[in-house]
Amino acid sequence: MTMQTTMNRIDARFEKLKASGRTGLIPFVTAGDPAPEHAVALMHALVEAGADLIELGVPFSDPMADGPVIQHASERAIAKGVGLAEVLGWVAEFRRRDADTPVVLMGYLNPIEIHGYARFAQEAVAAGVDGVLLVDCPLEESAVLQPLRADGLRQILLAAPTTAAARLAALCEAAEGFLYYVSFAGITGAGLLSTDEIAARVSEIRARAKAPVAVGFGVRDAQSAKAIAGFADAVVIGSALVERLDGAASEAEVVARAQAFLQPVRAALDAR
Amino acid sequence: MTMTTTDDFHRWPDTHGRFGDYGGIYVAETLMAPLAELTEAYLRLREDPDFIAELDRDLKHYVGRPSPIYHAERLSKHVGGARILLKREDLNHTGAHKINNTVGQALVAKRMGKTRIIAETGAGQHGVASATVAARLGLECVVYMGAVDIERQKINVYRMKLLGAEVVPVTSGSKTLKDALNEAMRDWVTHVADTFYIIGTVAGPHPYPLMVRDFNAIVGREARAQMLEQYGRLPDVLTACVGGGSNAIGLFHAFLNDRDVRIVGAEAAGEGIASGHHAASLAAGRPGVLHGNRTYVLCDDNGQITETHSVSAGLDYPGVGPEHAFLKDAGRADYVGVTDDEALEAFHLLARTEGILAALESSHAVAQAIKLAREYPPDGIVLCNLSGRGDKDVHTIAAREGVQV
Repeated sequence: MTMQTTMNRIDARFEKLKASGRTGLIPFVTAGDPAPEHAVALMHALVEAGADLIELGVPFSDPMADGPVIQHASERAIAKGVGLAEVLGWVAEFRRRDADTPVVLMGYLNPIEIHGYARFAQEAVAAGVDGVLLVDCPLEESAVLQPLRADGLRQILLAAPTTAAARLAALCEAAEGFLYYVSFAGITGAGLLSTDEIAARVSEIRARAKAPVAVGFGVRDAQSAKAIAGFADAVVIGSALVERLDGAASEAEVVARAQAFLQPVRAALDAR
Repeated sequence: MTMTTTDDFHRWPDTHGRFGDYGGIYVAETLMAPLAELTEAYLRLREDPDFIAELDRDLKHYVGRPSPIYHAERLSKHVGGARILLKREDLNHTGAHKINNTVGQALVAKRMGKTRIIAETGAGQHGVASATVAARLGLECVVYMGAVDIERQKINVYRMKLLGAEVVPVTSGSKTLKDALNEAMRDWVTHVADTFYIIGTVAGPHPYPLMVRDFNAIVGREARAQMLEQYGRLPDVLTACVGGGSNAIGLFHAFLNDRDVRIVGAEAAGEGIASGHHAASLAAGRPGVLHGNRTYVLCDDNGQITETHSVSAGLDYPGVGPEHAFLKDAGRADYVGVTDDEALEAFHLLARTEGILAALESSHAVAQAIKLAREYPPDGIVLCNLSGRGDKDVHTIAAREGVQV
């Protein structure tokens, strides 16, 4: 079953960005953090502050590839009862006011495995999800995701500095939606970027990949985002934003913090 | 998957690390390259006569292999059924089967030119075994251990420090073995160039379930030869405790194609499977994806891994090695729960009848061996893997029984 009658929102958004010569801005937030009751308001605030696509983290108890900031955000959300059903509900609610901004669910395989792949695919498409980025599901294990792709969801693949040449070629060939380049070998939220190295690698990947290339892991602020913007189709910014949102008590505060964080990044990308 | 009686169980895993529907490589992209490098190196070394000879020398002269099989006559008589034989892995250097694997992986690390060893540990036995081999080879060693486990395994924490290892407390999640494994993976992702990750059980992404099994399979190879030599026959039934399942697969593997030998794994049923406070992934879990492989896991309907309980830290794990998941579905092995109380009762019985203090983990296997012995006639044989000694657990047992030490 597919409820989509138009082009996938991710593809549409990247075409629009390309046409206008802008660099995409992709904020990541952990769904339900800092507060489940403000999850949808937060998504709208991100869009108002200039987000081109939203990565919504599905909390998982064992986030092996995440640093302490996103680990703790996941723990907080799980403690408040956030699961796949809640996340899909928020996307559906978000869609009532926003029909265009693509939403990618980011997380780990087990919640979807347990939910059932076919059931998840139907519910996610119905809610208005556009793609999934499953950190622990590399290309070689992707056969299980066939029901998702059959229903029109994009599988966002990752490439890393350690990715060998032959694998990189396969990833570039299989890329859809966008290819997420992990800018350094590590977990989310750590480390500093060596911009020249990333620039060289990303340029090479962009020339070959069948989808736009977004760069993430270690982008913390307007300055580091701007450094990446020169050679990437989009910039992903996660841990620093999640850290900023932690502890925001009211909806007004969640919205204000999100916008105060994201607007300078948007401005820096546009001022290039 | 249904297996026929002529299937060769020794052909698994396939080249992608799959045991039927289980196993595989479910990790972040950053780890794909180091895992490929490790797989390439290990598949080459396991066929390398020079490597095999070096490993054999270490197992003989450093670990103290072969370990005996011992007929626990007074225990058997007390139980009043079949003969119970114990494979004495508790007599190995460092006091458990864990050293078989760490000696092997350390040699792989050395030949790959890695200078830093990391490991995760639950009960501390694997941490001690890793710290031991790192000290011997002059490698830096960092051991990740859940804060809860550090509290209940103080002796082993101190042993690791004496051996020169740094023990890093893990305070995320449930603060136990699974979280220690997450943290070790994060360390590895960040330091892949110089670091070798010694996983302590037959879980994790390929090639770990294969490699850790290979290094522990000496247990079953020896036991099978010892049985034929000393008893002129194979045992009727094998049993071993199963947390991640390395000592169990170590004993079972050589016997997998001996269809007449029954195989029973003893999982930690904690306070009883019905109580929800247990760690019986195979007996009470469902297929899922955890720590880089598809296997049976304990999780809720949202796919969140649930906190486990066992009196023994080494069995307190919500997943299990994928080969065990495969053997369960194939019907080649059965996996049953043994409660905390049953394990403690077996601990005391073995101590009083045989003068052996077993590890709490291994006491689960002893409890299962006692149950199995009652099913067979006096000339039957139950072979039980006594995977480790109980010195490390003396404080836990004393505290549980209200004794001040």
